[in-house]
Amino acid sequence: MNLFSDWTWFHRLGSPRWFYQNSGRWLPWLSVVTLVVLATGLVWGLAFAPADAKQGNSFRIIYIHVPASFLALAGYYIMAIAGAVGLIWKMKLSYMVMKSAAPIGAVLTFIALFTGAVWGKPTWGTYWVWDARITSMLILLFLYAGVMALQYAYHSVDAASKAGAILALVGTVNIPIIYKSVDWWYTLHQPATIKLTSAPSMHPDMFQPLLVMIAGFYLFYALVLILQTRNEILRRERNTSWVRELAAAKMTTNTIANEAKSE
Amino acid sequence: MHPLRKQRLQLVILLVVATSLVVGLVLYMLRENGNFFYTPAEIIGGEAPRDVYLRAGGMVVDGSLQRAEDSLWVQFKVTDGIETLTVEYSGILPDLFAEGEAAIASGIVDDNLVLQASEILAKHDENYTPPEVADAMNEAYKQKQENKEGSL
Repeated sequence: MNLFSDWTWFHRLGSPRWFYQNSGRWLPWLSVVTLVVLATGLVWGLAFAPADAKQGNSFRIIYIHVPASFLALAGYYIMAIAGAVGLIWKMKLSYMVMKSAAPIGAVLTFIALFTGAVWGKPTWGTYWVWDARITSMLILLFLYAGVMALQYAYHSVDAASKAGAILALVGTVNIPIIYKSVDWWYTLHQPATIKLTSAPSMHPDMFQPLLVMIAGFYLFYALVLILQTRNEILRRERNTSWVRELAAAKMTTNTIANEAKSE
Repeated sequence: MHPLRKQRLQLVILLVVATSLVVGLVLYMLRENGNFFYTPAEIIGGEAPRDVYLRAGGMVVDGSLQRAEDSLWVQFKVTDGIETLTVEYSGILPDLFAEGEAAIASGIVDDNLVLQASEILAKHDENYTPPEVADAMNEAYKQKQENKEGSL
């Protein structure tokens, strides 16, 4: 079978029912791995990594700030690509992923801005300035909020999905701007510590736990996105026979369990 | 690929390219306006406006920091490697403010080309090192300098 001339595999992948049933099997494993990686990174970074020569212990907020910022940016691409797939292939599941990604990205962006402000006070001497990095990051928060708001601005789910996808795609222009803002303009925010082309400007003892935290945040993002999408699937497919059967089966087991308890 | 989907794919790509182009042109128009501060060279060279509140940023020159004995008044010089600007400030400096580190001062440049600052921010770099490693590096640097002087 030629994958590129026959697109049926792609459409099967887009079945909400298929996704719900399969993701349910991976969830316990994913949750355990996420918890272990996040706990390892957090304890390593906060308790065992050395303090910074200039900033002392306040630099440790990097172990939350940088991973949250990474996922706020990467999550925007996930949301926009999901929106694009929805627009092109009219895939329902893809729109559900897009809708689910918006609040997660918004929260991560808020965490990045908040930890940045808390970190800014002891290092820069201010919580907030309107430099290019911080301002473009605030615009990212508004873009996420816009996609979220559009989901509730229409009676028709289809219209809301289309509008959200278009805003998500238009907003992608902001991601390279955020990333390059510290190089294109003079900013208060320092340039990137982790670079694509050269070694990180950070001691390995401090960098290794940071990598673990970034991996942990990616796993956490995947976990929360799958959970949110599963909720959205049940909500939108509530009138289909398979969701009704699922609910009926749950109810029967609950009733049996309750009866067993009361006896 | 179905022709209809191909057309929609082209529209999506067009949407992203067109917005990037628009935003790119707007940013090109704004250019230096996106900067958070002026460099000493821009201020001394007259590129920066006079008599308005502005920010100047640069490296605090080693040995340039002077403090008043009876007040919080300080004076120091910042440089971008081309020009040097004197800054005067009365207040508490941020913890990370130090000679040889970058700082951003906001205020008005007076007629003597001295920035009368009302706020000082410390700008830290992207390097993180444990204290022992930093000490060892400073030690090695000193050693190297001494060797150099010895060999001359």
